[in-house]
Parts: sequence; structure tokens; C-alpha cells
Amino acid sequence: MPTPLLTLQGINKSFGPIDVLHDINLEVYPGEVLCLLGDNGAGKSTLIRLLSGVHKPTSGTITLAGKPAAFASPRDASNAGIATVHQFGGTFPLMSIGRSFFVGEEPKKGWGPFKTFDRKTANDIAVKAVRDLGITRITDGDRLVGGLSGGERQALAIARAVHFGASVLILDEPTAALGVKEAAHVLRIVLQARQKGIAVIFITHNVVHALTVGDHFAVLIKGAKAADFRKGEKTREEITDLMAGGEQMAELEAEIKSYMSNHPG
Amino acid sequence: MSDSSPKLSFGSLLRRPETGSFLGLAAVFLFFTIFGGSNFASLNGAASWLNVAASLGIIAIPIGLLMIAGELDISIGSMVPAGSMTCAIISGHFGLPIAVGVVAALCLGALVGLVNGLLVVRTAVPSFIVTLGTLFAVAGLTLGLSVLITGTTSVSIKAGPEAKFLLGHFIGGIYQVTILWWIAAAIFWGFVLHYSPYGNWILAMGGDKVSARNAGIPTERVTIFLFMCSSMSAAFVGLSQAILYNSAQVSAGQSYIFNAIISVVVGGVLLTGGYGSVVGIVLGTLTFAIVNQGIYYTPFDANWASLIIGVLLLVAVLMNNTFRKMALSYTPSRKVK
Ligand SMILES: Nc1ncnc2c1ncn2[C@@H]1O[C@H](COP(=O)(O)OP(=O)(O)OP(=O)(O)O)[C@@H](O)[C@H]1O
Ligand SMILES: [Mg+2]
Repeated sequence: MPTPLLTLQGINKSFGPIDVLHDINLEVYPGEVLCLLGDNGAGKSTLIRLLSGVHKPTSGTITLAGKPAAFASPRDASNAGIATVHQFGGTFPLMSIGRSFFVGEEPKKGWGPFKTFDRKTANDIAVKAVRDLGITRITDGDRLVGGLSGGERQALAIARAVHFGASVLILDEPTAALGVKEAAHVLRIVLQARQKGIAVIFITHNVVHALTVGDHFAVLIKGAKAADFRKGEKTREEITDLMAGGEQMAELEAEIKSYMSNHPG
Repeated sequence: MSDSSPKLSFGSLLRRPETGSFLGLAAVFLFFTIFGGSNFASLNGAASWLNVAASLGIIAIPIGLLMIAGELDISIGSMVPAGSMTCAIISGHFGLPIAVGVVAALCLGALVGLVNGLLVVRTAVPSFIVTLGTLFAVAGLTLGLSVLITGTTSVSIKAGPEAKFLLGHFIGGIYQVTILWWIAAAIFWGFVLHYSPYGNWILAMGGDKVSARNAGIPTERVTIFLFMCSSMSAAFVGLSQAILYNSAQVSAGQSYIFNAIISVVVGGVLLTGGYGSVVGIVLGTLTFAIVNQGIYYTPFDANWASLIIGVLLLVAVLMNNTFRKMALSYTPSRKVK
């Protein structure tokens, strides 16, 4: 049995009086994809914000590679090798592709206090990284990010995380804005990262995407872990129901069908 | 640095925030050269607008950087007189060495900037409101303390030759030495924003503060630093004027608020942050100063200057918006290589 890279023990998180996460225990293994599933507002994004240093847990411990990890800031988390693509944002509309890619991690050249931002290196790496994701339309690192399509911007954010994610890669609904082909590229990137031994946490509302890449699934319902199982342990229908927050999707679908047949046209 | 700057092409020109302000400056300069005659373009004429531009420009650059980072500082309107009164009271009224007055004024600037920055970062109240508060608070403090200490609202100060040479003399009898300080400030800030890695942080913060923080940028420290720089720049302009004119007044600075904002916006900085350049701010400041002073060289009544500035501001904003849209959609070539 391999040892987990990242362990969460008894994690609670509340914002003032609002309890968002209760007693979450989770293990993430290197070279595996953990799919974090759940309804809207279940607390998935909040959980990964704890792992990326945006928020601190109210109680509970996070262990990274055997050592307790208390991230005071996102920089701490990224220094520890955790890279995250948050659900929204991550790119800067009026910055160039190269600059946006390297925000906070700027490549430098020159010496002493006169170190300058290495624009050429930044542009070259950024363009290559995005093209590796399958977005071959991007050739000019000086282009402004705001001129890209939503999916291209998403790909840029993912490319950045893949570039900097040394040991843990967290993707919060990375395929939500993407077309079929681009989504397939993201799934391929996830599998490539997994092959390199990186631990991937992948949040999605898409059952097909989850089943394609997931080795291990955790479902949050109203801030608590409702299920934790490995690939092949549950049927697709069971997973779908869990993703819908525990409701019977089959019933819901039947309801829609009968509504449609009663209201033709 | 030439190897790292983009090739001069239509696209790279469009992507420069200062392209619009350069055209604006050229238009304004042409207008006043035609209507202002040879006096406007003469060395004396140039001095009149360069002198105005210099002290305004030293403040406008850090204000512009704050705006690029998504913040605003209007408390500079009372930091200018606060800086000159501090220097004048310490070195004029009390007769301490001029260096003490200069350092004290700069420290006051740093302190006010620190308060501004901490309030903005800790309370998340919009910086316009925070600095509106400190604008009045600092004005009140300056007036109250000046009257309390000196009994008047105007203090004279006699600077020694070194201080005069550095901060308060006219080069060639007409150009204020502040012009050189402005050039130095522009080079310094230009390096910070466009060449140093920190420039990336400032642009990113204005673009999307949450994402910038998530990317590991110490957004709070950068914000506080920028507020300290703008307050200190205002104090610097205040003290150098006290040394230049040998006196300081309690109420001499409110005009800097709007003038600096106009210069920055004309210079192509996006009011909501994330976009702008130091060259643009410098050009915007020059444009403002030329309109402000150039009117005296034309046959028109000086009262029309405000009208021109108002129209200029609107035209500049529209033009900058257009250029920004074009820059966003511009791709060098769609053909597959
Ligand atoms: N900073 C905050 N302050 C107060 N409440 C918050 C905060 N952040 C999140 N919440 C609450 O926590 C709950 C979970 O939010 P979260 O964003 O983690 O959901 P999610 O599972 O990512 O949902 P989605 O699938 O829609 O992205 C929501 O009810 C939200 O209102
Ligand atoms: Mg979410």
C-alpha cells in the first residue's frame, strides 16, 4: 500500500457563523487522480482553497509528504509544490500571455537590483505550454489575454498550473468552459501529470470526465464527505446520484420525461 | 534592453498604453504652436509648461501606479502642503538644519501613506473613501498644528545654497530643478513597472486582485508600499516648493488631486486598473501642462483652459478605450505557419 502524499484529518471550516466543511478526512496519493464531486455549494472549492493556502482550516490538520503543512499564504502552498487552478479567474485580461503566465513567479535576467523581467523566456515558455495543451492557435506571447476565448484563457491557467505544480495539481472545474476537443486535451494533461507521479485533485460536474480520469472518488454533500470509493467500486448511476447531492437522478429524469410528454411542443 | 523590447510593428504599437496619449500630446502641441505663436514654442514658453509638468508629474506617476494596481489616492491634495509646512516649520520657524526638515516631511509622507495603505488593506473600504478621509484629516492637522505652533498659516523658510541647488533653483534662470527630479522619478518608476518583475505584480493586482493573491503575490504589502510612495512623492513636491519659493502655505495643493488624475487618465491608464504605462503618464502630464499654460500664449481668454482640459479628458478616454479594444482583438497573423 503506497503512502498518501497529502492527508487531511478532521478538517473543519467555517466563515463566522456559516459552517462550510465538517470533519473531512481524505487521502491523496501520488500518481493518482482524486475526483472531488458534489452538488453546487457542497464545499468543493472551499476545500481546495484550504489546500492552496487561500484559507486556513478552522480546525484539523493537513499533512504533506509526512510533514504537517500549515499554509499561511498561497505562496507557501506553491512553494510546497501545490499548484491550483481556481474555479474562476487565474488570468489577467489586460496582460500579455507571457506576463500573465508568470505572475508571481517571474523569470529574471540581469544582476543585483537591476534584475529585469525576462520577457522573451516568459513568452516562449508560456506559448509552448499552451500549445502543448492543444491550443495551437496561440503563437504570440505578447498577445493580451483578454483577446483569447474563454476556453483558451482556461487552458492558459491550466498550463500555468501544470508548469508549476511540482507534486500536487489541483484543478477546480477546469473543463467547465471548454469545448469537446479542448476538454479532451485537459483530460490527457491530467493523465500525463498522473503518469509523472503527481497527485491530481480534479473537480468536475461531468460524470464522463470523472469516470475517464478518476482513480479515486470523494463526494461532498453539504460540506461533509458522503462517500469515498475507488474506481470500479460503484456503478455510473450510483456516482451520478451522489454527484447530484444524493438525490435520485433517475427519478428526476423520469419526472422531466413525464413533464415533456404532458406538455408537448 | 533592446533585445527584450517588442519589435516595432502595428500590433506592438497598439498594445502600448501610451499610443493614444502620444497622439493627444502631438495634437495639443500642434494646436498651441499654431495659435500660441513663437512664444509658446520658445525656451521661455517651454519652461512655463515644463515647470508645471515637473511637480505634477512627480506625483502623477505613483498615483498612476496606484491606479494601475486598482487603487486611488486623493490624500495627496493635503500631503503637498503638509510636506511644505513640515519642512518650513522645522527648518524655517525652528531654524533646524534643512536636512532635518526634508527628512521629517518625507517621514510624514511615509506615515500618512502607511495609514492609507493599512486602512485600505485591513478594512476593504474603497481607497477613494479612505483617502478622502485622510485628505481632510491631514488638511485639518496641517492647519491646526501650523496655527498652534507658528500662529500663522504661512511660514517663510531660508534654505542654504546646497539645498537650493538640489531642490529649489532655476536652471538657466528659467527651468526648475524639479524637472530633473521628475526625469529621475520617471526612469525609476519606468524600470519598476516595465522591466522589474514587480511591475508584473502591480499589473496583475489591478487586473484581478484575488487571482493575484492566489498566484502568490503579497498584494497587501505591495498596496501599502504604493500608498507610501504616493504620499512621499507629494511631500517631496511640497518641500521642494517651499525651498524654491522660500515660503510655505497651509492651503496649496488641492488642485493636484484632479490634475494628477487627469494626467494619468489622459496618459492611457485604465481607471479600473490593470493597464497603463509610465511613459503614458509622463505624456499625459505634459499634455495637461501644455493646455494649462499654453492658453496664456494664445489670443484666447485663459478662462477657456478648463473647457479644453475637459474636452481633452473625454476625447483621451474615448481614444484610449478604442486603442485598448483594438489591442485586445489584435492578432499578428491568422494564417497557419
Ligand atoms: N468566504 C466565504 N464566506 C462565507 N461563505 C462562504 C465563503 N466561501 C464559500 N462560502 C459558502 O460555502 C459554501 C460552499 O461553497 P463552495 O464554493 O466551496 O461550493 P462548491 O462545492 O465549489 O460549489 P460549485 O460546484 O458551485 O462550485 C457555499 O454555500 C458558499 O456560500
Ligand atoms: Mg466551486
